Amino acid sequence: MESFEIMFIVLTAIIALGSIATVFTKSVVRAVAYLLLVLLGTAGLYFLMGYTFLGSVQTMVYAGGVIVLFVFAVLLTSAKEDKLSENTLIKNIGAAVISLVGLGIFGTLICLHGFTAEALTSPDETIMPMTAIGKHMLSTGHSGYLLPFEAVSVLLLACIVGGLVIARKR
Amino acid sequence: MIHIECLLGLSAIMMFAGIYGFLTRRSTLAILLSIELMLNAADINFAVFNRMLFPEGHEGYFFALFTIAIAAAESAIAIAIMINIYRQLSHLGVDKLTKLKF
Repeated sequence: MESFEIMFIVLTAIIALGSIATVFTKSVVRAVAYLLLVLLGTAGLYFLMGYTFLGSVQTMVYAGGVIVLFVFAVLLTSAKEDKLSENTLIKNIGAAVISLVGLGIFGTLICLHGFTAEALTSPDETIMPMTAIGKHMLSTGHSGYLLPFEAVSVLLLACIVGGLVIARKR
Repeated sequence: MIHIECLLGLSAIMMFAGIYGFLTRRSTLAILLSIELMLNAADINFAVFNRMLFPEGHEGYFFALFTIAIAAAESAIAIAIMINIYRQLSHLGVDKLTKLKF
């Protein structure tokens, strides 16, 4: 077994256990901490696939920005006790059944589909080099993403203004 | 051997953990955490399909990039709304937010 396969097993354990712990823990602060673990594990998965830039963006934006925002929100609203126990048992079991049935359907479909993909090889950074990303991002041609890039920048500006307007003191 | 089924199964586990949390949580903040889990699972799927099935393409890669940006904007606005709700009603439980009901 090679080193990147061991790394994949470790990341799988972190992501699966972390995401389950996120939805089962009683305290919101702990849920945020487990979510941070899941997001960092996802970044590791991107690194494992050779998508280093995507992994860095995931680490910076999600693990760096969104989690800090969540921690601030939890501390500001002092919502330390998530009232998970107020649910009736029927409701919890129903949600669990829905999730497990959906997971079973997904699992069977994934296994039965018969993808023709080859197995993942060791991380290869040349599969999406930085120059290609920059050229795609700023080109207006056939495979360019200049328009969505600019649209996202306008969206972020609108998001800053909207956040200020909504959250300011009146 | 890391097959595509392993990666897709992993993202399916994350997705349905998010759905379970979305259905059972009572605090809007915890519901937003579950939504982040689901968005993250979708991101993984975009990247995995691009990497495993079309390694020479780049569409899934850029979809994942833009999804991350939009998810960050969405959670920023949602948290601003929650802080405003908390300031006016001093709780965040979904079963108590009935001010818009008539």
